[in-house]
Amino acid sequence: MQFGIFSVSDITTDPTTGHTPSEHERIKNIVTIAKHAEEVGLDVFALGEHHNEPFFSSSPTTTLGYLAAQTEKLLLSTATTLITTNDPVKIAEDYAMLQHLSEGRVDLMMGRGNTGPVYPWFGKDIRAGIPLAIENYALLHKLWREHVVDWQGKFRTPLQSFTSTPRPLDDVPPFVWHGSIRSPEIAEQAAYYGDGFFANHIFWPKEHTQRMIELYRQRFAHYGHGDPDQAIVGLGGQVFMRKNSQDAVKEFRPYFDNAPVYGHGPSLEDFTRETPLTVGSPQQVIERTLGFRDYVGDYQRQLFLLDHAGLPLKTVLEQLDILGEEVVPELRKEFAARKPAHVPDAPTHASLLAAKTAKAELTRTEVTA
Amino acid sequence: MKQRTLVVVSAGLSRPSSTRLLADRLAAATVTAAAQQEIELRVQVIELRDLAHDIMNHLLTGFPPAALRQALDAVAAADGLIAVSPIFTASYSGLFKSFFDVLDKDALADKPVLIAATAGTARHSLALDHALRPLFAYLHAATVPTSVFAATDDWGSDSTEGLLQSRIARAARELATEIDRREPATVLDPFALTASFEDLL
Repeated sequence: MQFGIFSVSDITTDPTTGHTPSEHERIKNIVTIAKHAEEVGLDVFALGEHHNEPFFSSSPTTTLGYLAAQTEKLLLSTATTLITTNDPVKIAEDYAMLQHLSEGRVDLMMGRGNTGPVYPWFGKDIRAGIPLAIENYALLHKLWREHVVDWQGKFRTPLQSFTSTPRPLDDVPPFVWHGSIRSPEIAEQAAYYGDGFFANHIFWPKEHTQRMIELYRQRFAHYGHGDPDQAIVGLGGQVFMRKNSQDAVKEFRPYFDNAPVYGHGPSLEDFTRETPLTVGSPQQVIERTLGFRDYVGDYQRQLFLLDHAGLPLKTVLEQLDILGEEVVPELRKEFAARKPAHVPDAPTHASLLAAKTAKAELTRTEVTA
Repeated sequence: MKQRTLVVVSAGLSRPSSTRLLADRLAAATVTAAAQQEIELRVQVIELRDLAHDIMNHLLTGFPPAALRQALDAVAAADGLIAVSPIFTASYSGLFKSFFDVLDKDALADKPVLIAATAGTARHSLALDHALRPLFAYLHAATVPTSVFAATDDWGSDSTEGLLQSRIARAARELATEIDRREPATVLDPFALTASFEDLL
C-alpha cells in the first residue's frame, strides 16, 4: 500500500499569528514539504491545480519537474489535474515529459474543478463539466496509446495525423486515477478504463465515500478488469497529531475554525464525527485509518492533507515526522497483514512495464506455438 | 386502505409556537380528509428549529449532518408535504428558506404541497401568494390552490366552524385528493447511472 500527502496549495493566513505567507514563501515551503515526505519514508506527493487566488499551484508539472530532480524515490502525482479546462494534448505532452525526467515516478489524478469562473477563462463552460471530462480523457487515453492519432470531438479542434511527443516512457502511459466527490459518471469512467478511483474523503461523510467506491468496484468488474475487490482505490484523509490527543485538539482548533471550506461552520467535534478528520494521538490516527478498510475494502493508496489552513511550515514538518516515524510503519504492517493475496498493489511504472513485457512474451509464445 | 406518508415542516421558532399549532391542525385535518378517501396517512413532523445549526452547517460545508440528512430524505420520500412558516419581514423566515435551499432541487417535483403561514396580523397574509407559492412553483411542487394563513386574532376569535377552520378543512381535502391521485412517491438514487458509458462517450 502507498502512503503519501496531497496539497491543495492554498495560501491561508495563520489564524494564530496573523502571518500570511507570500506566494514565494509558500512555493519554497511546498518543495521543503515534498522533500521531507520522501525523507520520512512516504511514497507519494500529490499537488493540486488551481487558476485562482488564494492558490499558487497553476503549473503543477513545473513544480513536480523540479521535485523530480530533488528526490530519488518519491512518486509524484496530482490532486487533481483539470481534465476539463486543460487541453488533453498538452496534458499528454507535459506528463509524458515528466515521466521521462522522473524515470517513471509519475502518475496523475483527473478532476473536473468546481470553480465556475475558471471554466470561461479557458473557454469552457462548467455546465459541460462531465462531457468535457469524458471527451478530453478519451482523447488523452488515445494520445498515450496510439502513435498517430486522427480525432474529432466537440470541445477542441480536430487532429489529423497527430503524434503526441515525447511518447510515454517505455511506451507505458502514466497510471491515472479519477477523483470525484459526488459524480457517479466519474466512478463509471474510472471503471470503464480500469483506471484507479480516488475518493476525496475529507469533506463528506463516510457513507458517501462508501457508495461511490462500491459503485466503482461493481462497474470495474462489469467491464472485465477483475473482481470488485481488485479495483484500484485511493482515499484522502485529514489528520492532525500530537503525542497527547488533547494537545492536538487545542493546537489544531484555531486552524479548523478558520479553515477554508468548512471554517466558521460545524464544530471540530461535529466534523470529526461526521467526516474522516482525525485530530488526536498517533494511535488514534492509526486506528481510524485502519477503520477506513471496513467500509471501502482493501485499498491501494492513502493520501493525507497536512499543509492547509495556514499551518506553519515547522508544524507541517513535525506532522510529517510523526506520520513517517509512528503512523505509517504501523499502517503498512497492519494493512499488509489484512490484505488478501489476490488484491493488487497500486500500479507503478515498474509494475506496468513488467505487465506489458509479460503480455508481449505471452503473445510471442502463442504465435510460435 | 392505501398507506401514504405526510411530512410536516414547521419553521416556528418559539415553544410553544403558533406556527407549529397551525401545522398540527393542518396535519390532523389532512389525516381525517385522507381517511375519508380510504388513505391511511403516516405523519412525520419536522421542526426546523431542531435542525437550525445543521442547516447552516450544510450551507457552509456542502453536506448535511446525519439528523438533517434524515429530514431531507423524509421530505423527498413523502407522498405529501405541509410547509408552514412564520412571516418575517414580508416573507418566509430565513430558516424556512434555507431548509428548502439545501433540499435537492428535484425532491418536490410533482409532490402535493400545502403551504401555510402565521403572523401577528392579517396584513401579512398575501406573503403566502407572493413568497411561498412562487418558491414552490420554482421547485415544481404541486401546490394545492388553498393556502392557509393564521394571524394572532384567528386563534382567539375563531369558532370551531369559523373561517380559519373552514380554510384548514378545505386545504386538507385538496391535499388528500392530490395524494390520492398519485402513485406512492419514489426517490431517485443519486448514485444510479442514467446512461451507459458508451452513450456518454
